[in-house]
Parts: sequence; structure tokens; C-alpha cells
Amino acid sequence: MNRFDILFKQKAARVLNIYTTAGYPTLESTVDTVTALTAAGADIIELGMPYSDPLADGTTIQESSQVALANGMTLETLFAQANAIRTQTDAPIILMGYLNQMLQYGTEAFLSQAQQSGIDGLIIPDLPMDIYVEDYEALFKQYEQGIAFLVTPETSAERIREADRLSTAFLYIVSKSNITGGSSGLDDGQLAYFKTLEEMNLETPKLIGFGIHDKVTFDTACQYGNGAIIGSAFIRHLGKGGSPKDFVSSIIG
Amino acid sequence: MTYNINTKGFYGQFGGAFIPEMLHSNIERLQKNYREITGSPAFKAEFDNLMRDYVGRPSPLYFAPNLSKLYGAQIYLKREDLNHTGSHKINNTIGQILLAKHIGKTRIIAETGAGQHGVATATVCALMGIECLVYMGATDIKRQAPNVSRMKMLGAKVIPATSGSQTLKDATNEAIRDWINNPVDTHYIIGSVVGPHPYPDMVARFQSVISEEMKWQLKAQTGNENPDYILACVGGGSNAAGAIYHYIDEPSVKIALTEAAGKGIDSGHSAATSVLGSVGIIHGSKTMLMQTPDGQIVEPYSISAGLDYPGIGPMHAHLIESGRAQVYSATDTEALDAAFELSRIEGIIPALETAHGFAVLKKMTFKPDDVVVINLSGRGDKDLATYIQHDPNVQ
Ligand SMILES: Cc1ncc(COP(=O)(O)O)c(C=O)c1O
Repeated sequence: MNRFDILFKQKAARVLNIYTTAGYPTLESTVDTVTALTAAGADIIELGMPYSDPLADGTTIQESSQVALANGMTLETLFAQANAIRTQTDAPIILMGYLNQMLQYGTEAFLSQAQQSGIDGLIIPDLPMDIYVEDYEALFKQYEQGIAFLVTPETSAERIREADRLSTAFLYIVSKSNITGGSSGLDDGQLAYFKTLEEMNLETPKLIGFGIHDKVTFDTACQYGNGAIIGSAFIRHLGKGGSPKDFVSSIIG
Repeated sequence: MTYNINTKGFYGQFGGAFIPEMLHSNIERLQKNYREITGSPAFKAEFDNLMRDYVGRPSPLYFAPNLSKLYGAQIYLKREDLNHTGSHKINNTIGQILLAKHIGKTRIIAETGAGQHGVATATVCALMGIECLVYMGATDIKRQAPNVSRMKMLGAKVIPATSGSQTLKDATNEAIRDWINNPVDTHYIIGSVVGPHPYPDMVARFQSVISEEMKWQLKAQTGNENPDYILACVGGGSNAAGAIYHYIDEPSVKIALTEAAGKGIDSGHSAATSVLGSVGIIHGSKTMLMQTPDGQIVEPYSISAGLDYPGIGPMHAHLIESGRAQVYSATDTEALDAAFELSRIEGIIPALETAHGFAVLKKMTFKPDDVVVINLSGRGDKDLATYIQHDPNVQ
């Protein structure tokens, strides 16, 4: 059983997944940030691999990525930090980044290194499902890496079923067709879409992300999914010098 | 060996559609329908009419006597600079605006580097009465000011891209993010043979009118529809794609593509992608791009905003890898010299991008009866400020 299965077996509701950019705000801050998050009650950590051209991300994550890269963040350093994190927590860690990063590292070397560093899976927004099945699925299985595919309000029912079948970490429910970083509330259209998903009785645990930024939106998302993902709001909090503990308290305290 | 895309949108190992799920429905709809829509008789008739009456096609194929004498070959210029709006870019925007109308889109976005694609997009949006937003790097807004004013006069909104090197790559990122945020009403008119499938093939087909005309024009002027060489500059590769499209399977026609070397290939300030790049993914396409060992995209540099791009279209990556096309590069200085030379001896002021394609004449050797076609992709009005700054005779 992988760490996602163990987690969702113990906890099927109000799962809190927090995204943080590795190497932000300082190169050495990653380990402390992550362990403080899990100590305060975050269930899953989505660790961002900073990328020069993050197409699916809004300004907050773009900027944190730029800072991390300027700090000297590399994949080598990230894997070392993940190793250090793994000695301190059993929370699942999922990497979030772009396909080119894995390709340049070498897909097999990357997945093997991820496994050795205690990483449990990947979110790669620009890796489409058909290419995953053709070129990557076997390697992900070999190195015990889960994957979370995204579904959006534009995704057809047929593709939602496919994403449900292929996702081995969780199903990433994008709350609205948007880049990351939104902070308006969840509107009726979004709630109707969550309800439709609920009625599909999908097998994979569902985490709702994009635009989840405070207690109210977290609580609402948790009514429809097994939990939610918060990214940009946490990065903004870090950017203002806030602590991981205070942020987690503001959401689930 | 085939130089065309396979059913999944790959040219050899290059191409495909590496896109986030948020773009899937729009891209899939284009993939499934672009051939049928653009191949219908009604679409073709409307496209052809606009090409003739609005764009001013066919563009002349001009035998350049002075250039021919200087370089010892029979040099012909395909005058895309004489198109309405001043470059080849309008061939593609006419096609894509008709497509956008056909699929019911009411809002158009585009990226632009030199501003030529932005102007061509703003133009067709004005013509069709459709809202138009153009993303342009803040650096390019400064160096291509006349085109910014033109886009605004045509009713488009120009939005500065302020990330990265604030050039074409960053404008493209912003346009893609806009499309993610506005999937329902918006069509993204990409300006070159880059981006996810079906864009490279779709844009190449719209631009293929260039080589379609070259064939009968050459036949009429030389008695043979095939030249010995076709020369073109490459940013993303759309003008080159159009100029070679109908010659790709004709091995006797040699293809010479020119990239921008900036301050020199090894200067650290260059955009010579096929030399400095390696296989990776940029803007949803697997192709050659300039990147670090960690897969971070490297900021390119060229004096020419339209060639200042760290990637190259997947079709060209495949043509170069397979040896079908020869790739050259020209520095800023070599391109400027070529622009001044063409202006003085043929009375044609080319765009800075285009000038790169002419700069390689000095690096190639021809037989006196070789027929060489250079794709004169655009005119130089937009670059006057740069030319004035560098031309000793003007100063
Ligand atoms: C006149 C002209 N030629 C060439 C280019 C380069 O684009 P492509 O390689 O797609 O033809 C541009 C781009 O802005 C241009 O304006």
C-alpha cells in the first residue's frame, strides 16, 4: 500500500493538501516549511519543482518559482531535501512540476531518484493521459510513483472516468478552468460541477484545488470532495513572513 | 521518409500536444475538425477571396538583378512584404479568423514578437468585428513601437508580458494562460508553426499559399517550377514553412533556414535554437529548445523581436534532424548589413527578421545558373528606429 492509500484509508474527509515551492522563500527553507506544515496538521504535501515557464500557474507561483531558481534550486537539491523531509514525516509527498523537467533529468533516473527520496507521486499538468499510458505508466509503476490527473469543468464524463481509472495518488479536481492563484469564492456553477462529480461515484479520492484559499472555501470544497488543495494562498502567506503553523490553523484550527 | 505529421501530430519524434487538461477541450476540438473545416469548399472560397482582394495575393515573385549579379546566381524574391499589413503573417490570421468564426468564438487572443502577427491579428479582428487582445513582451513593446500603435489604432488591446526576458516566449506563456482562463468564448491565434498539435500543421497549411504561388510563378518565369534553393529566416518557422511546403518532398530543392545568432552563437546572447538547443517541451510541443541541464528554458537574445525565441517549430526540428534542411545562422550585425545592402541595391527595405535570411547569401556558394528563391517575409517600416541607430549613412 502506498502512502496515499494508507492516508485515505484512515481519513476519507477534510484531507488538507498544501502546496509549497521548493527553495522558497530561501533555498534551505524547504525542509522546515514542510515539516512545520505536517506537524500542524497538513495531510499531504505538494512540493513544487520551480520551473522557468510554468504555463498553468498564476503570478504567485510564477514569482515563488523565480525566487527559488534565483536561490539556486535544482532537482538534485530538491531530492536531497525530500530525503531529509522523509526522515521526519510519513505524510505523502507529491511533486508538482512540468514534463520538460522530468525529461531532461531522464525519465527513469527521475522516477528512481523520486522513489529513493521518499516521494510518493507526481502531478505533471502538461503530461496528457494518452501519452502517460503509452510512454510512462509502466515506469511509474516500477518505481512506485503515484500520479494525480486533473479534471476541469470542461472535461467530458468519459475523460473523467479515464482520469479516475489512471490516477493512483488522487484525482485533482480543478475547481474552475483557470491558472492557479484565484481567490474569489466558489460560485453556484462550480458547486453544480462538484455535485455532478459526486454523483459519478468515482473510485479515486477527490481533492479540489485552484482558488481554495481560506477556511470558508476549504470547508465548502470538503463538502464535495475528500479534501482540498491550497497553493497560492499559502505562498502569499509565506511571502509576507507568515508561519506554516499559523496558516494551517487558519484553515483547520 | 515522410516530412508530414502522423495522426497524433508528430513530425518524427517532434510535435504532439503536451497541454494541461484545461486546454484539452479546445485543442481536441481543433484537432478533430481543422482539416474538415478548412478543407470545405465554402471555407476555401472565402479564404481565397480574402487572399486576393484584401491581402493582395498573389504576391509578386521578383527577379532581383542586382542581388543576382552580386552573388552569382539567379535570385528571386517572394514578396510577402507587399501583403496587406506588411508580412506573411496575414496569410495565417485570415485562415484562423475564419476558423474561429466557424466554431463560434467571440474573443481572439494572440502573442506577438515583432508585432507583425499582432497587427495581422488585430487587422482581421477589425475586419470581422471580433474583440482582440494581443500579448507582447515589454521589451518588444519598446523596440517595435510603430506596430504597437498600429494594433491600438486597429482596436486591439495590447497587454505587456512582464515575466522572463519580456519577449516572445513570455508573451506566448501569457496568451496560453489567458486561454486557460477563458476556454469557452476564446480562440487563440498562434502566429507561427509552434504550439500544440494541430497548430504547427494548421499554420503551415495556411502559409502554404506562398509555395503554391511560387510553383506557377517560377514555371512562368524560368520554365521550371522547382528552384535549386529556398532561403528563409526562422523564428518559429511559419514563413519558412509556407515557402517550402509544396517542395518538401522534392529532394532537388535545397532548403536553407536561417536562425538568429544574436551577438554570436557562443556569446551567451543568441537565439540559434538548433545549434544551442536540445529536445524538450515548449509551449505544448516537443521540439528543439534552448534549456539548462535541469530543463529550465534559457532566455534567448536577438536584435530581431520576431526571431528572439528559444524554440523552433517541430516541423523544422524534424527537417533539420533528418538532414532535409540545412540550418545557418546570422548575427545582429550580419543581418543589419544584409538589410542595408538590400535597401541600396534593390530598393527594398526588409524587416530585420527577413534580413537574417539574406545574410546567409555571403555564406553560401552558388553556380551561376542556380535558381534561388528568398522568402522576403516582411517589410522594414517597423524597424526604422533600429536601422537609423545602426546605419552610418543615416547618421
Ligand atoms: C517579417 C517576419 N519574418 C519572420 C518572422 C519570424 O516568424 P516565422 O519564423 O514564424 O516566420 C516574423 C515574426 O515576427 C516576421 O515579422
